[in-house]
Amino acid sequence: MKITGAEISGDAVEMTGAEIVVKCLEAEGVEYLFGYPGGAVLFIYDELFKQDKVRHVLVRHEQAAAHAADAYSRASQKVGVCLVTSGPGVTNAVTGIATAYMDSIPMVILSGQVPTHAIGQDAFQEVDAVGITRPCVKHNFLVKDVRELAATIKKAFLIATTGRPGPVLVDIPKDVTIAKTAFHYPDSIAMRSYNPVIKGHPGQIKKAAQLILEAKRPMIYTGGGVILSDAAPLLTKIVKMLGFPVTNTLMGLGGYPGDDRLFLGMLGMHGTYEANMAMQHCDVLVAVGARFDDRVIGNPTHFGQVPRKIVHIDVDPSSISKRVKVDVPIVGHVPDVLEELLKQLESQTAKIDQKALAAWWAQIELWRGRDCLRYDRTSPIIKPQLVVEKLHEVTNGDAFITSDVGQHQMWAAQFYKFAKPRRWINSGGLGTMGVGLPYAMGAQLANPGATVACVTGEASFTMCIQELSTCKQYRLPLKIVLLNNRYMGMVRQWQQFFHGNRYSESYMDALPDFVKLAESFGHVGMRIEKPGDVEPALREAFARKNDLVFMDFLTDQTENVYPMVPGGKGLSEMILSEEL
Amino acid sequence: MNAPSPYALPVQETKAMRHIISILLENESGALSRVAGLFSARGYNIESLTVAPTEDPSLSRMTIVTTGSDDVVEQITKQLNKLIEVVKLVDLSEAAHIERELMLIKVRAAGKDREEMKRMADIFRGRIIDVTESTYTVELTGDGSKLDAFIEALDKTAILETVRTGASGIARGERVLRV
Repeated sequence: MKITGAEISGDAVEMTGAEIVVKCLEAEGVEYLFGYPGGAVLFIYDELFKQDKVRHVLVRHEQAAAHAADAYSRASQKVGVCLVTSGPGVTNAVTGIATAYMDSIPMVILSGQVPTHAIGQDAFQEVDAVGITRPCVKHNFLVKDVRELAATIKKAFLIATTGRPGPVLVDIPKDVTIAKTAFHYPDSIAMRSYNPVIKGHPGQIKKAAQLILEAKRPMIYTGGGVILSDAAPLLTKIVKMLGFPVTNTLMGLGGYPGDDRLFLGMLGMHGTYEANMAMQHCDVLVAVGARFDDRVIGNPTHFGQVPRKIVHIDVDPSSISKRVKVDVPIVGHVPDVLEELLKQLESQTAKIDQKALAAWWAQIELWRGRDCLRYDRTSPIIKPQLVVEKLHEVTNGDAFITSDVGQHQMWAAQFYKFAKPRRWINSGGLGTMGVGLPYAMGAQLANPGATVACVTGEASFTMCIQELSTCKQYRLPLKIVLLNNRYMGMVRQWQQFFHGNRYSESYMDALPDFVKLAESFGHVGMRIEKPGDVEPALREAFARKNDLVFMDFLTDQTENVYPMVPGGKGLSEMILSEEL
Repeated sequence: MNAPSPYALPVQETKAMRHIISILLENESGALSRVAGLFSARGYNIESLTVAPTEDPSLSRMTIVTTGSDDVVEQITKQLNKLIEVVKLVDLSEAAHIERELMLIKVRAAGKDREEMKRMADIFRGRIIDVTESTYTVELTGDGSKLDAFIEALDKTAILETVRTGASGIARGERVLRV
């Protein structure tokens, strides 16, 4: 590999590879390093011991290191960084890396490797880290020469954070951490093969502005790209100026204030009736930082049956026209494109057809009137939706909410009205059960003093339960909201709908006593069995500012998530709650 | 069992065409496996792949022959462009281009067949590059169909061994692919 852009200055100090790793992290302003030590990274850990600028967070399993680094990034604007050893250290982290990759999270993973002379010899704790992670990283490197180490780490941070963000792995053999070279961390680095587009094409943006102003039944649909590029304020400004209806994907929640009248709720497989109907029946659709995936638009052929003009703004050219043909593609960094779009909208002489827009809103209000998220508020058993609604109330809608994967994730997305970006942290793309607790750890460390709650299910939570120990060590006062229905609820729901009520292996038998379990880790545990106790319990838990409180809510076992678009069906072919 | 699965997504059927894609990429270990991995992970088809360093040793030039509908080929080029090590690429089939493939073929050439084999190689403008008492090894260059035609023209039992490089391609005229 050729080093470009890195010039070694004459007075550079000679350092070992391990020292260089730590100095690079320091230069990148890395505050927390999530990791787990092991043979191949011992020299790096030795250097970490000697300094106090980069703080190490010791997890209990490498998967959690990757998840926590991922959430640290999601809940801030920084890069998440983790450090794992070779072999099982890397393989344990793979789930976390793939999770971050699917949601385009900027992350740098440093992995130890066996010494260069042992590579390929089936050495102890050897695994082809670069090979194993290749399909689930934006890019990865194996550093075979200490002289390339600093420039490679610089490249890793550059690649992770620019263009469509993503995880980058740097695999460092043990002998490279011992070898010495003159250290110089380049301020910037150029790569001839990597030049992500930033500015959108002005002609395309002008076309988009014209189309938007001509719309009779407009709709704005935004995704995770708006959150990742910190474009939420600009998006909100444009939407409010236009007075158009707007929906967010699961990854995009918080991109537009969830309690605003223009917001139709989340769309997609478990989106609201009004959001999905408006998506299907609009005449101009503006997609911003979203990728028309299968959980969002359902069957693309069904979606394509209705003629509509589509404007698609995305930083990744391969996201455009992948599943749905679009009329005005705009490749660019979302805030730059929106800035230019705003200028264009303000300078156009054409005005929005307010009469048509009012008629469109009247139709949307009819859809909204069906109250698709209705549930039985008089139930003597705790309804999971009630818990999330009360959670929103008790935290004033201002908490960082992480979730695991399943029914509870959908209820959290539907019922916690996210007012700000980066407050909703979940695994949208890969759908990784077990992320909730390590996500909460990362979110809390990124936002000390903030309220962080993890909405989870008993099946997901059990997957990374060991991290309760990490929470104790670092005094993380998380609030765990366990919606315990003794089922893998989402699996059970699909089995009910599509597999003739045969609940194959979806019942969680032999669960632990979560109250005692929390207490055994040194935390506070609570069990809540009656609807009337939900709010008082939440108030008590959130009043304990310094404790991790584990709330085990025994919820209705057979509650389903509605609306639901079955896989392969069209967006407007929703199953609504039985009551409707 | 004919009811569609609730998980199923419809298969979009569009006409698959042959495309020849030329790529300049960083001459680094791992770059080839990234390209090959992309094709297998996303279910794209590779008919042939050739690669070698260019006159600038920091760059490799790769030629991939693939088949796919316009949508698929658009995705292939976009996904290839996303690979960090890919510097530049072009779909040669979009315009006039030349492609060549090299074949080495070892044939039985004994007795009365020996003269016939020599004539055949001459007709196809092949060169005999290795000779034994009973065999010839013929070097033949051309587009894929010419090589196919040569194989077709031979008596199957006479063919001992064949090896083909896969297509390499270059645009006609002033069009160039360089950094």
